[in-house]
Amino acid sequence: MLDIQKIRADFPILSEKVNGKPLVYFDNGATSQKPQIVIDAEAKYYQEINANIHRGVHTLSQLATDAYEISRVKIQHHINAKFSHEVLFTSGTTHGINLVTNGFASILKPGDEVVVSSLEHHSNIVPWQMLCEKTGATLKVIPMNENGELIMEAFDALLSAKTKVVTVNHISNALGIINPIKYIIEKAHAVGAAVLIDGAQAVPHLKPDVQDLDCDFYAFSGHKMCGPTGTGILYGKEDWLNKLPPYQGGGEMIKEVTFEKTTYADLPHKFEAGTPNIAGGIVLGTAVDYLNNIGFHNIQKQEEKLLEHATKRLLEIEGLKIYGTGKNKASVVSFNIDGIHPYDIGSIIDKLGIAVRTGHHCAQPIMNFFCIPGTIRASFSFYNTIEEIDVMVEAVKKAKTMLS
Amino acid sequence: MTIKEIQNEIIDEFSMFDDWMQRYEYIIELGKSLPLIKEEYKTDENLIKGCQSKVWLQGEQKDDKIVFTADSDAILTKGIIAILIRAFSNQKAEDIINADTQFIDEIGLKEHLSATRANGLVSMIKNIKMYALAFDAKNRN
Repeated sequence: MLDIQKIRADFPILSEKVNGKPLVYFDNGATSQKPQIVIDAEAKYYQEINANIHRGVHTLSQLATDAYEISRVKIQHHINAKFSHEVLFTSGTTHGINLVTNGFASILKPGDEVVVSSLEHHSNIVPWQMLCEKTGATLKVIPMNENGELIMEAFDALLSAKTKVVTVNHISNALGIINPIKYIIEKAHAVGAAVLIDGAQAVPHLKPDVQDLDCDFYAFSGHKMCGPTGTGILYGKEDWLNKLPPYQGGGEMIKEVTFEKTTYADLPHKFEAGTPNIAGGIVLGTAVDYLNNIGFHNIQKQEEKLLEHATKRLLEIEGLKIYGTGKNKASVVSFNIDGIHPYDIGSIIDKLGIAVRTGHHCAQPIMNFFCIPGTIRASFSFYNTIEEIDVMVEAVKKAKTMLS
Repeated sequence: MTIKEIQNEIIDEFSMFDDWMQRYEYIIELGKSLPLIKEEYKTDENLIKGCQSKVWLQGEQKDDKIVFTADSDAILTKGIIAILIRAFSNQKAEDIINADTQFIDEIGLKEHLSATRANGLVSMIKNIKMYALAFDAKNRN
């Protein structure tokens, strides 16, 4: 059992007040809060070893480079990648996805097909649309059912020799549904398609094993897993990363430059042009350590408890509907109250100190599917408590009374 | 009344409220009670799509003044629209162009006009000004 009060003490922001009320932070799907150890590590880097990496012979540069590369190896082990050079530092999930779609621009041909799912965040739709526009490939969409689950029979039917890439999120940001990605990866590989998994919403809750999953790419953000903003990882299988052209040109990513021709550096540097977010990359390793020390088994147990309690308590409210009722779910509850706009509820409970997300969650196709303008999304983290959920439920009831 | 006078009147009214709850309850009442726009004007052309809520805005010239009607699918947004319309509708183009929305801060609803809210109100005010600029230009020609 986790000692939640002890864990909460690690997060200074959790004792802040908002609008005069104790903060109840249920917008973890947008970004997680940071433990003191992460905040300190960022300061410590600048106080003690700040230098540019991979280029100086001086000691500080060496220390910074070592810390950065140690972090890469930590993340390699965390996701069980075969090699550390399959782990690319990015600025976040969006960067990782764009790096891949940019690379596929030289691979896809007119008539090829890209399969996305109807549960995607815009950042895993738009880059693929842009890719299709550029290459003449066609975008196909895996539909979902009323419970917010992807329909696997329909997915099977979409696959053919024309399918070159399949891209799907591990966990839906808007509904919290956990997708059957192992099945999707296996089926996609059977027709020779590459698979990218958007793991942005998964990494705060679980430890992905990229070798076991056998995905070709796995992209995620650091800031949703207790790390700093502007950090992220793109895992790519060595073969694929060798095949894809570089995303950005610049320093660091070259082997040799003349005005006639430039040869590119080996992995991972080929994809890491320019001075990266050094502090962020190092501190992401600290965040990963922090989560592993708590243990993902413990994290999941606590979050399951929160999800169960929130679902039960919210459904006590008359006219409340939860979207995404599939069985396999992360600790996210997306809901609406009959006849009340999510913006109105969100604005009122904000006044009561509760931070939730309202709106379409950058997933408009899902909102269109349910014919709603948006939802109220409460997304929980292991540092949240049952009592906080009760506070939210009372606040939602109060908002409902005010608005009815 | 001038825009400034109306705004001061609204500030006076809001000064009677003790806390945010009373302010919000008043806004909600405004949002519920007013039919703000004719159905035929709720077109895509008049639609301002916020990330959070939708706003429809229609402006037309009546004599030397501009009359605005507007609506929203969220009640709080609609209530604030009612206040904005009260201040800006039925005024001369030139006065609308020169007016500001500082009074919204003073009545404690500032956060609803912040860009991060993306509720369509910021764009609505911009569009009110655009209407005024367009009518003003037309009248000068």
